[in-house]
Amino acid sequence: MAEKKKEIAKVVSQELLADGIYSMWIQTEVSRTAGPGQFLSIYTNDASRLLPRPISICEIDKAGESVRVVYRVTGENTGTKQFSQMGAGDPISVVGPLGNGFPVEEAEGKRALLMGGGIGVPPILELAKQMTCGKKQIVVGYRDAHTFLKEEFEQNGELYISTEDGSVGTKGNVLDAIRENNLEADIIYACGPTPMLRAIKEYAEEKKIACYISLEERMACGIGACLGCVCSTKERDHHTNVHNTRICKDGPVFLSTEVEI
Amino acid sequence: MNMKVNIAGVEWKNPVTVASGTFGSGAEYADFVDLNMLGAVTTKGVASVPWPGNPTPRVAETCGGMMNSVGLQNPGIDLFCKRDIPFLRKYDTKIIVNVCGRSEEDYCEVAERLGNEDVDMLEINISCPNVKEGGIAFGQNPKAAEKITRAVRKYARQPVIMKLSPNVTDIAEMARAVEAGGADAVSLINTLTGMKIDIRRRTFVLANRTGGVSGPAIHPIAVRMVYQAAKAVKVPVIGMGGIASAEDAIEMMLAGASAVSVGTANFHNPAVTMEIVEGIGAYLKENHIEDVGELVGAVS
Repeated sequence: MAEKKKEIAKVVSQELLADGIYSMWIQTEVSRTAGPGQFLSIYTNDASRLLPRPISICEIDKAGESVRVVYRVTGENTGTKQFSQMGAGDPISVVGPLGNGFPVEEAEGKRALLMGGGIGVPPILELAKQMTCGKKQIVVGYRDAHTFLKEEFEQNGELYISTEDGSVGTKGNVLDAIRENNLEADIIYACGPTPMLRAIKEYAEEKKIACYISLEERMACGIGACLGCVCSTKERDHHTNVHNTRICKDGPVFLSTEVEI
Repeated sequence: MNMKVNIAGVEWKNPVTVASGTFGSGAEYADFVDLNMLGAVTTKGVASVPWPGNPTPRVAETCGGMMNSVGLQNPGIDLFCKRDIPFLRKYDTKIIVNVCGRSEEDYCEVAERLGNEDVDMLEINISCPNVKEGGIAFGQNPKAAEKITRAVRKYARQPVIMKLSPNVTDIAEMARAVEAGGADAVSLINTLTGMKIDIRRRTFVLANRTGGVSGPAIHPIAVRMVYQAAKAVKVPVIGMGGIASAEDAIEMMLAGASAVSVGTANFHNPAVTMEIVEGIGAYLKENHIEDVGELVGAVS
């Protein structure tokens, strides 16, 4: 009873990876039970910003009791801007790990596609690190040559990159990269903006490939109580008893055939 | 030192409950809060049938608060009775069920159904700003509010708390209207209707365009309205609106609230309700106050 709490964790390091994209390691108890695809609720130190920011976990270092988040600063005077100004040793309040992550074991012995786009790229890294599958194909999409986390991905699978401006890899999106490289798969894992996930869902269902997608939505409580973040479901949801489901609690990762986006 | 309060014949172990809609039916927060420490748990609004609620985005942060337009999504009374009441009954706390509806018949049907259930009080939501029918339609007109109170009172077996909207000209008149209709208690305030616009996209931030504003930013408005309502009626007042600390809760009681509900603050600190219960106790001790009831309306 009442075994979870808002933890005052500690920033280990902060680094600018690309334009507006930061990487922060946080020493936290979250590391003990976290899995790929789960997220953290991170709070600012400013009491006028009440709501936590849900940020996906990019890497987990169990031995070092730390997790890494790679996040985008969404503008001046925002919560994420405050996070980016924190440095080693600073206290940071977190709740987590939250949500259901990617089912890594499903890929055992299969040809897998691990796909990330934009700020949906970071959670794919821990997934790639933990996955033991027949063929590990990582396809990540960026706007331009700011291909953050590229070196880490190269160490963890076959890497394919797409960029919107064509400066690196395939010009276009992640599906263009799949077609250009004739990639085939038995299972797909994806995280990114909704239009990208919608296209991947369609692609997977057409090809009858099992596909797990990680969704995002504006959240308030982050733990499944407020019903702020929901998405439509094909079947009546067991908890809500209507055709929608809680992204924070029952997701953010769903089988593509279960949700309508 | 006595922390117990009596609200319309129901004894709570302390004056702290949660605001409907911010705490589900307690299951998620039970990981963070010992529900046995709360005076009562007030559940998210439930209707006669499941409601899917509004499109997303449903929530947005504002300075010192937030907005929501969830639209009373709920699983319907059948699943609620089967799943949520037995869950809450495992804890030593009172159960207040918030009831919503689109018509008078809807409210009465749910109230009647709950008469056979093991719950302690009903809170009738006539103040939701986020649904077109029902909700606030009953909460902005004193005659309509009195009428629906009288109707629900006839079907309810448990004490009835009428939850009032702040989106009215005269809150005292609304409180008197529901008291005249037979309300056993009143609770206020529900959220204030607001709007937020994304200037980059030039669109409404919430899919529903408007939403209810809550959180510390609205606390002074809530204190003022609780003060006015408490002066206007004899029945107990449950005060809420931006309570985020024991100090805020005590302030609300001094304004005239016999008990308080904590809402949006749960999102900022999942354990805040327990801290508020402890903080009220510490305040009583520090100020040599024997009974928490002595705080009620004690502002001068």
